[in-house]
This record gives sequence, C-alpha cells and structure tokens, in this order.
Amino acid sequence: MSIATPDYRHLKDFPDVYEPAEDTFLLLDALEKEQNALNKLRPTLTLEVGSGSGIVTTFLAKILQSKALHLVTDRNSQATLCTQQTANYNETRVDAINTDLVHGLLPRLQNCVDILILNPPYVVTPSHELLETGIAWTWAGGICGREVMDRLFPDVPKLLSKRGIFYLVVVQENKPKEIMKMFENMEFASTVVLNRRAGPENLSVIKFWKKGTEDGS
Amino acid sequence: MLLSRILNMRLITHNMLTSHVKGVTNGYPLIIEATEVEEKEVDFNPEFISRMMSRIEWPALVKAMEWIGKKDCLPEEPIENCEKDNDFLQKAHHALMEIEVITGSLKCPESGRKFPISNGIPNMLLNEDEV
Repeated sequence: MSIATPDYRHLKDFPDVYEPAEDTFLLLDALEKEQNALNKLRPTLTLEVGSGSGIVTTFLAKILQSKALHLVTDRNSQATLCTQQTANYNETRVDAINTDLVHGLLPRLQNCVDILILNPPYVVTPSHELLETGIAWTWAGGICGREVMDRLFPDVPKLLSKRGIFYLVVVQENKPKEIMKMFENMEFASTVVLNRRAGPENLSVIKFWKKGTEDGS
Repeated sequence: MLLSRILNMRLITHNMLTSHVKGVTNGYPLIIEATEVEEKEVDFNPEFISRMMSRIEWPALVKAMEWIGKKDCLPEEPIENCEKDNDFLQKAHHALMEIEVITGSLKCPESGRKFPISNGIPNMLLNEDEV
C-alpha cells in the first residue's frame, strides 16, 4: 500500500524548523518499504528523537493506522509545536515533549519502545557549531557528524523493548560500518534498509534489532 | 482544509515523564499543577488500551487523576484480568487519552523543580547547572 506524504504546508510559519529534504524522504521511503514488518511487530509505543517538522512520525502513524502511542522529542519548542500540528493536519495524533534527546524519559521508558527513530544532525562541522542555536541545530553534527547521535547510542539498548527496532539515518562521513560494529558489540544485528546518493550526500537508513529476535521482515 | 486545533499534553504522556535534575533519585511521578484542563473525546480502541496496560504505571495515573481533581474516575488498583474487561479499559482510555493539560507545570517530587507546560507541550529542558 502506498502511503501519502504528510501535508506540511504550515511549515512556513516555523522558520527555525528543518524543512523536509532528501534525508527525510529517504527515511519515509524506508519506512514505507518496511510497512509489513512494522505492522507485524504490532508496536504499542514508538519514539522519534528530534522530530523537526513531524512528518516522519506522522507518516509512521499513518502506516500503523494510529494503533500505537507515538511520542516524539525535540529540543526546539517550535519543532515540537510544528510536529503536533503536522499530526493534527494529517488527522493523526502525536505526543510531543520538548527535551534534549531522551532526557526525562529514562529510566521510565526502559524496554518500552518498540520503534525508535533518529534522523540526527549528521553534517560534519566543527564541534563549536553544535552550540549555536537556530537552524544550525538541525544539521550541525560536529566531528564526523557523529557528536549528537553518539550521545543517544548508549541509551538505545535501554529504550528498546525485546523485539524493538531502531531506524537511523546516516551519511557516509558518519562511518556507518563503524556504527554497525559498535551496535554488534552491544548484541544488535543490523542491515541497511535503503541507500541513496543525493547531491554530495551518500545517505543510508540503517535498521538495528536485538540479536536472537526476529527482524520483523 | 487545515484545522487549527492545538494538541495538548495527555495523561498518557505524563505517565512516561521523569524528573532528571542532577542528584534527584526519585523523580517519578511528576506532580501536575494544572491551571487549564480540557476533555476531548477520542475513539475508544480497547485492543490498543489493552496492549498499553503493560506499559502504564497505574499508581502514577491514579495520582495524576487525583491532581486534576478526578480521583473517583479510576480504581486504585487495576482489577484482575483488566486487559479483557471492557468497562475497565474504557475508564483507562478516558484517563489516558481524553484528558489534556493545556497550561500548568509538572513539579519534581524531590527537588521541587517545575517543568512548564507551554502550548500544551511539557518542557523538560534543564539549564546547564542542573544536568
């Protein structure tokens, strides 16, 4: 089944929120490709970290036909507001929390998250650019573009439920093989769901799940 | 046509939040100090609520209802086989999905630090010296 791209025309009211771009659309395509696996998993709780415009979780909610709780976080309050409006305009429901990564959710959400999504700021920049506010927040990734995602990685095994799946967007400069190896050391299996070259960026969506459980596909 | 309804914090979200102020060991549940609360009807999906029950901290939900002045709407403890009891699930659905806090704050039970709810969204961001 083909899922329509969520309507996000109200984004013009939110100048500091990341406008969906190639990386976002690759992630939507990956989730669409995964829709059978996602529905088979029958997720109860999903969490997207850094939801920006909110179109990714809105799209996920459409795939799952609102049979799950969809939590999102973003440290930009305009992004959380925009996310809730995106969900509402597209006739679904997302529950936003204004926070940094998953602060305030652990240990409560230990082993509770069935689907975890991160489309992080992945662009290689000097570290100090991470401290800037405004739109730079949405893409500045520091050294190797990894500084933001590296802060979340240790929490992934804590958050995921037994059969939970983690979807991550990366570019080649983030060293995806090294990330997959790091997760293998935490007893996770992984596979690249989609890969696409968009201008100078070689983008991939990687899926991780705990070894010994089904990958849902 | 675009609708302009604002979505606000539901008690199901409150159930998932913990105070993470540095040094706090027992930051759950956050005390709700609501100044504006609204009830909105949501389609009842017993199958979803039934699955959700294993992820809900029931005592925190009972407390949340007490803080917004609706203590009598929920049993103190989940009843036996509550996952299959339609009447029970309906009550849980009402508390979790239909009550929204529009403005107010969430107070850390240990440090007293208040996390504001603005535009119906809880703000859990801490200052640098609190992390």
